[in-house]
Amino acid sequence: MVTLGDYLLVSGILFSIGFAGVMLRRNLIIILMSLELMLNAANLSLVAFSRFRVDSSGLPNYNAQVFVFFIITVAAAEVAVGLAILVALYRVRQTTDVKDIRQLRF
Amino acid sequence: MSSFLFWVFALMTLIFGAAVVINRNPVASALSLVVSFLGLAALFMSLNAYFVGIIQVLVYAGAVMVLFLFIIMLLNLQAEERRRINWLAAAGGIAVAVILLIEIFLTIGRFEAARQTFPSLSESTTDDVRSIGAALFRNYNLPFQIVGVLVLVATIGVVLLSKREPR
Repeated sequence: MVTLGDYLLVSGILFSIGFAGVMLRRNLIIILMSLELMLNAANLSLVAFSRFRVDSSGLPNYNAQVFVFFIITVAAAEVAVGLAILVALYRVRQTTDVKDIRQLRF
Repeated sequence: MSSFLFWVFALMTLIFGAAVVINRNPVASALSLVVSFLGLAALFMSLNAYFVGIIQVLVYAGAVMVLFLFIIMLLNLQAEERRRINWLAAAGGIAVAVILLIEIFLTIGRFEAARQTFPSLSESTTDDVRSIGAALFRNYNLPFQIVGVLVLVATIGVVLLSKREPR
């Protein structure tokens, strides 16, 4: 049988993959995709806990799923703003590589 | 859901999630992300969260992916050329990610409830859209409206950011 720990394990590994992507890649688009992976890993553990906490009437805890709904909405808005910033940056600099954007770097 | 299907979809999610990070071509990364999100939607369905699974497919595999692919095509991004890798920074990044992974493993290993299987549900759980809607509009009405304002602000911000400055 599949336990709660299996879902949490998959969620943790997915989060680590996204984290490694943010740390290692230098293309801004790939970094945004890795951010999406991390947000979805959090969603998976929230849904797993929601299914784990069954109340007395035999329904899962829907508060967690409402929270997942909010996370998905905010993530969609975040991607739209992030990609708009990326396009504006590309117009000025002709690059999406974080190594080439060093004006604010100390 | 049998454990066989769980591991198939979990492996699909993880392998294509890793492919997002490993691929050099941005288009291949975006398509791997679609497959990873579809596997994740199947995992949501296996947890009886049908509404969240459908939303995952519609919003991520649909809208967000179209946005990513559109930007990649618009900017005409090619596969990155091989640059000299800063090995110290790469090793540091991998080390931090591996330490995070080990810590997650240890935490789940010590978590008592993680070894239990999921309790059974009552029969009438297929109308979870109704239950989520009731929770959303009764208990979380104010956050819902604040999220609406947030989406409006994001829309205006995107229009302002992508407007061309008159020269």
